[in-house]
Amino acid sequence: MTADGEIIHFDNVGLRYGTDREVLSDLTFTLHAGRFYFLTGASGAGKTSLLRLLYLAQRPSRGGIRMFGTDVITLPRAELPVMRRRVGVVFQDFRLVDHLSAYDNVALPLRVAGHSEQDLAGPVRDILEWVGLADRMDAPPATLSGGEQQRVAIARAVIARPAMLVADEPTGNVDTDMAAKLIRLFDMLNRQGTTVVVATHDLDLLRKVPDSLIMRLDKGRLSDPTGALRYPPRKLT
Amino acid sequence: MTVRPGWMRRLAGSGRVELIPQGRMSGPMPWVIAIMVAMTAIALAAGLALGNAVSAARAEIEGGVTVQIIEPRPEVRAEQAALAIRAIETMPGVAGIRQVPQAELDALIEPWLGTGVTGAAAGMPGIPVPSLIDVRLEGAVTPAKLAQIAQRVEQVAPSARVDAQSNWLKPVFEAMLSLQVLAMVVVALLAVALAAAVLLAARSALGTNRNTIEIVHLLGGTDAQVARVFQRSIGYDAAGGGAVGLALALVVVLALGRRFEGLGAGLVDYGALLWSDWLWLAAVPVLATLLAMLTARLTVLHVLRKML
Ligand SMILES: Nc1ncnc2c1ncn2[C@@H]1O[C@H](COP(=O)(O)OP(=O)(O)OP(=O)(O)O)[C@@H](O)[C@H]1O
Ligand SMILES: [Mg+2]
Repeated sequence: MTADGEIIHFDNVGLRYGTDREVLSDLTFTLHAGRFYFLTGASGAGKTSLLRLLYLAQRPSRGGIRMFGTDVITLPRAELPVMRRRVGVVFQDFRLVDHLSAYDNVALPLRVAGHSEQDLAGPVRDILEWVGLADRMDAPPATLSGGEQQRVAIARAVIARPAMLVADEPTGNVDTDMAAKLIRLFDMLNRQGTTVVVATHDLDLLRKVPDSLIMRLDKGRLSDPTGALRYPPRKLT
Repeated sequence: MTVRPGWMRRLAGSGRVELIPQGRMSGPMPWVIAIMVAMTAIALAAGLALGNAVSAARAEIEGGVTVQIIEPRPEVRAEQAALAIRAIETMPGVAGIRQVPQAELDALIEPWLGTGVTGAAAGMPGIPVPSLIDVRLEGAVTPAKLAQIAQRVEQVAPSARVDAQSNWLKPVFEAMLSLQVLAMVVVALLAVALAAAVLLAARSALGTNRNTIEIVHLLGGTDAQVARVFQRSIGYDAAGGGAVGLALALVVVLALGRRFEGLGAGLVDYGALLWSDWLWLAAVPVLATLLAMLTARLTVLHVLRKML
């Protein structure tokens, strides 16, 4: 992280899958540590694609990306895992391991990071309790409802206290009350210092986090990275 | 669907971290491996047993010379036999000599001609049967040695016939050798098929686990971590299949061994498996498992390297 609180910097980034047209073009922006960002845009605008760049599932076709002060384009492949562990991800399709219980799915990031079972048992239980799944800990994902799976995915994304949380439509499958509760969880983490990036097209959600900043993708281009579309509008400092 | 109970989780604690639960028999592959291991082990056991029979019999027979005293009058026959034994005994390079007792000769003939045909039992002039003298030389029988013995024997027993045992067992040897070669070819073919089965098993497991691999990768798992998870899971499958296959093979081999023992026939007795042969058999599932794990590892690393 650099002195001015920069956590992510995109410099003229473009992304194309295969030889198709670019799905992301000319992205230049900076995310600041400790902020709450919403990423909006129509379906197919490239929200997921942009997030994939953020959680290092994808390299851009062109341009530069700096994360936590490190140029990830030239970073050796072997050093990417450590980088990934600093980013918590809620995938649009959850991506739970289907033969693992809710508990084991949530414990996965801590196990990957090498925490002992004693150390992780408490936090895993706590977070599952928080998302209202205390009595479903041993259930495999297939026996959970869509909303319950989503909450497991969110619990897994935040369990390791990542420096940055990236969530792709994290409230798509839950009712308004649960959505509000999950956003409160994100907000709480954000207040404790986690930078949050949430992709959504639920504009009601934006209102729930007053201090949030809004980025809007339009056919692969960032139409307003300055925060003018925020609700209520306020200039990015 | 396996969900690890709490006690297993606790067992997994204390430093050793299990990323995903292990030991799931996934699909038909463990059984394919079991069958391939069983067939490979059985063919290998057959090959090894044949090999043992051939080499044991050869060691015994290579130094063996049979002297037949062909003489119709029993008294003369006995006298000539005694003289021949004395003549050969004193020769250099002779490790042992023994006249095959009448009872043994009777037993040899009995299946073909019935009891008492040699006359001794019934007190009648029976069919004259030559006396057999079994000579054991220190080294293998050479034509020169054979000629020497024949020369000596001729002086005391003009009607004697001297043969190297290996001469008339040669066709048997050759048959056994070709059987052994056949067994080894079958073992080699089965080993190739087993390797292919293991390869397919690793590939198919990769297919079903691809999602898990990707997730662990995206959650910050290193290539080595992901590969280890996967290779361990395949290893358990292969080891499970291999163990079942080996058990199957052992049942078959032991049952066959019993049958052959029941025959009580000379050559087959030598076909017993040595302890080192049992180690070879046990090595079949071990090698299959190692191959499975290596394949799994290389396959996963290859897939991961294509991801960022
Ligand atoms: N793996 C891929 N290969 C080829 N094209 C892809 C791939 N993933 C996405 N695309 C294309 O890139 C464009 C942007 O897709 P993306 O998933 O980023 O959109 P999105 O904004 O997340 O949409 P939604 O709101 O529906 O989730 C789409 O046109 C899509 O068809
Ligand atoms: Mg999307």
